[in-house]
Amino acid sequence: MRFIPVTCEEQVEMLVRIGVDSVDALFEDIPGDARLARPLGVPDGMTEIELAAHLESLAARNSDGSRVVSFLGAGVYDHYIPAIVDAVVSKPAFFTAYTPYQPEVSQGTLQAVYEYQSMICQLTGMEVSNASMYDGATAFAEAALMAARVTKRGRVVVSGAVHPEWREVLATYVESGTLDVVEVPASGGVTDAAAVAAVVDDSTAALMVTSPTWYGTLEDLTALGVLAHDAGALFVVGTNPILLGVMEPPASYGADIVVGEGQPLGNAISFGGPGLGIFACHKAHIRQMPGRIAGRTTDVDGRPGFVLTFSTREQHIRREKATSNICSNHALNALASGVYLAALGTHGLAGIGEACIAKAHYLEDALVGCGCFERVYGAPFANEFTLRYRGEVADMQTRLLERGFLAGLDLGRFDADDAGLVLFAVTERHTREVIDRFVEEVSAL
Amino acid sequence: MSTTPETVAQTATGVPSLGEPLTGTLIFERGAAESRCVEAPALDVPAVSLQEVLGGRTRVVPPALPHVTEVDLARHYEHLASANFGVDSGFYPLGSCTMKYNPKIDEQTCRLPGFARIHPYQPEETVQGAFELMWGLQESLAEVAGLPAVTLQPAAGAHGELTGLLAIRGYHTANGDPRTRVLVPDSAHGTNPATVAMCGYEVVQVPSDERGGVDIEALKALLDTDVAALMLTNPNTVGLFDENILEITSAVHSVGALAYCDGANLNAIMGKSRPGDMGFDALHINLHKTFATPHGGGGPGAGPVAVSAGLAPYLPGPVVGRGADGVLRLVTPERSIGRVRSYLGNFGVLVRAYTYIRAVGGDGLREVSEQAVLSANYLKALLEDAWPVAYDRTCMHEFVMSGGALRKATGVRTLDVAKRLLDYGIHPPTVYFPLIVDEALMVEPTETEGKATLDRFAAVLRHIAQEATEDPDLLHGAPYTTPVRRLDEAAAVKNADVAWRPDGAEA
Repeated sequence: MRFIPVTCEEQVEMLVRIGVDSVDALFEDIPGDARLARPLGVPDGMTEIELAAHLESLAARNSDGSRVVSFLGAGVYDHYIPAIVDAVVSKPAFFTAYTPYQPEVSQGTLQAVYEYQSMICQLTGMEVSNASMYDGATAFAEAALMAARVTKRGRVVVSGAVHPEWREVLATYVESGTLDVVEVPASGGVTDAAAVAAVVDDSTAALMVTSPTWYGTLEDLTALGVLAHDAGALFVVGTNPILLGVMEPPASYGADIVVGEGQPLGNAISFGGPGLGIFACHKAHIRQMPGRIAGRTTDVDGRPGFVLTFSTREQHIRREKATSNICSNHALNALASGVYLAALGTHGLAGIGEACIAKAHYLEDALVGCGCFERVYGAPFANEFTLRYRGEVADMQTRLLERGFLAGLDLGRFDADDAGLVLFAVTERHTREVIDRFVEEVSAL
Repeated sequence: MSTTPETVAQTATGVPSLGEPLTGTLIFERGAAESRCVEAPALDVPAVSLQEVLGGRTRVVPPALPHVTEVDLARHYEHLASANFGVDSGFYPLGSCTMKYNPKIDEQTCRLPGFARIHPYQPEETVQGAFELMWGLQESLAEVAGLPAVTLQPAAGAHGELTGLLAIRGYHTANGDPRTRVLVPDSAHGTNPATVAMCGYEVVQVPSDERGGVDIEALKALLDTDVAALMLTNPNTVGLFDENILEITSAVHSVGALAYCDGANLNAIMGKSRPGDMGFDALHINLHKTFATPHGGGGPGAGPVAVSAGLAPYLPGPVVGRGADGVLRLVTPERSIGRVRSYLGNFGVLVRAYTYIRAVGGDGLREVSEQAVLSANYLKALLEDAWPVAYDRTCMHEFVMSGGALRKATGVRTLDVAKRLLDYGIHPPTVYFPLIVDEALMVEPTETEGKATLDRFAAVLRHIAQEATEDPDLLHGAPYTTPVRRLDEAAAVKNADVAWRPDGAEA
């Protein structure tokens, strides 16, 4: 396929106008030793028909959610995506636009971002949301850096019950010694409050936790928030936004920065990306936020309109003194999340949250009831839970895959101490019939 | 001059229609309390007491989300889309951003359930097709880069910069000295110095010479064994290929430092010259520029990083590797700097880029760069007598003009010119960047625009120069035909209205 409209005849006209006799003459600034003297070793092009068949054949080699029943979650959840979401994000005026640096011709993007920010504020209870980060993990890492700027302290305390990949990304971001990270172990599937109390002090910029945790458990955010604030540290809370129609928002527990993986809100799981990073905080800290923010204003005729605002925090203006190096964010995913939340509304989102929670508890009861699994944690959970399998996890998962089930996540893959533990995620898409069939298969092993 | 129709007041529950002027009516202000769009199905399992199972964490005050029907939503977003300008709307010569056409087949392939509904923690044997795609993309990008190892994990260009620089830091640290400084030219993108700071390095600015390249003597004077790396965009941000590139990278290496290439301008050199062959050790590639994936109104992009064999052990894990048995699996490089994001990267974007590469093929990629450079030089030739070019040389895929003389003569600023272009249905070039050019306009036509489009753009810009001379106020007031006119950015900061609230009260 070729996406070049200039014809051969026009190319000649263009060369004449420039005053050179070949295209190669335009590349003469490239020193001989830096030129590529052979064709690129990249496969030949294809027609669209061949290409579609090739990609379909690659896709067909993957066992996707339309062919297997999956109980995998761990930050990425296969919720139903209403048709209107893709109808909106497929509009070329949205997806072929650049960052809205020319607001007069970017009102669609800017208003959609403002509405997204507003919905995230409603969900989390915070006053300000940015236009999105790359994902939950980078939002988490940026929250640590922001907490250090706000408090002018150089150490963060992170719960061992946080998603291991979030903790890894944080470790990478601070590898150069810009910030010290102290990890407190999880105990009983939740943050060990006593261990937190022992390490949080007046050098601590933030206490960082998530609820639900990596294990699906719900933290005692009230107690943890008090521990953070008593030391003058910020309280950073990671959340799963799909639950916030029915669960008390992080702001109610004193969260100073709320982050989260926004994928569950209308974005495909897509092998883990792109989703989006949710990032929200108090208005008092707006100048320390990373990323773009849309704001409402008026034009010279007094008409309402939207612009990118508080830009002096950002790299294109502040360069090495910027709050972050982030430039591209995940605007189209934020648009999808905005449409998703608008489509569901207060009532629909509560219904989805309730369905996930009720079905997760139904499955958990059944798996424990059939005798194959046992409970390990006493803490409450919402849409995801951890059980111990009374047998060989890998063998169980292999045999169930043969029967068309992705039987949860083997947590022993991430931490040897968690060998035998399996994390199950349930969404509103899992019907009782499917859950019952799964439990039957598990019981029959 | 204003052609704006009278604003029609929007009722609180009204649904807009096409052609209706923008009113700023929010989705929250549409629909009615009982309006519903998508609802959860009736529970087919026993209901639970949320208060009980959540241990008292039940929400007291529900979030005030919109209440709308599907038709409200469809019309609302169509209305917003009609106020947006994208590549499909018209010419978008935004320098350094490579706003090329985004093929529609890419949007179809990334939505195949076999890609869109797979989970990153599925067993490897159930996602071999996805790994095959990632492997193929890694191989193609390595070939274009001239660098052997690739990570697909970074989510954007700036994220790629962070990844590459942390890998360089890892390399130096393993050699016993992380070093302290990174050199960045004064013409660099803002992300470069911001990235350097995030990596804990001191930024040292390198001046440009009068031909628009790196001032090589100044560079040599700054190089010592405290320098960890030079971050350089080549072709650079004034659209020129640095003729001294081999001498530059060799000077950098002579003090044990590494050379990092910002790949924002890769669209100029595919199949012509490879950063690895120029002596660079690391390169990030903006798939949302060179490889035609859409910008999405600000993202998502993807910023894979290609590195030399020496840096390969430091890449973030995991990457896709092929075992001796031919099976593809995830492997973590032995001295990995660790993850830079969760999971495997922006896979949906990777599918689009892979689709594009397989569509155009190796020769096609070279043709892309040749046409991008030909079109830029043609446009420069059409304009240079009316619009002084910052560096009067053969350019690569973009060039920078200066509006400094126009401002001096007429008082019309580059900003005014940019706004006036909107009235002619053209997205402005990048303005006021690079910082080293007075009243800069940076023009990147890309290879996907026809000659007639380029001719018209040149004619419009020449006409605008004439308007500036005859009626400067016309340009100071532009634009006139856009959904809204110039917006009050100072008021936006002062009012800090960054989220709607149900009572209308400020936070």
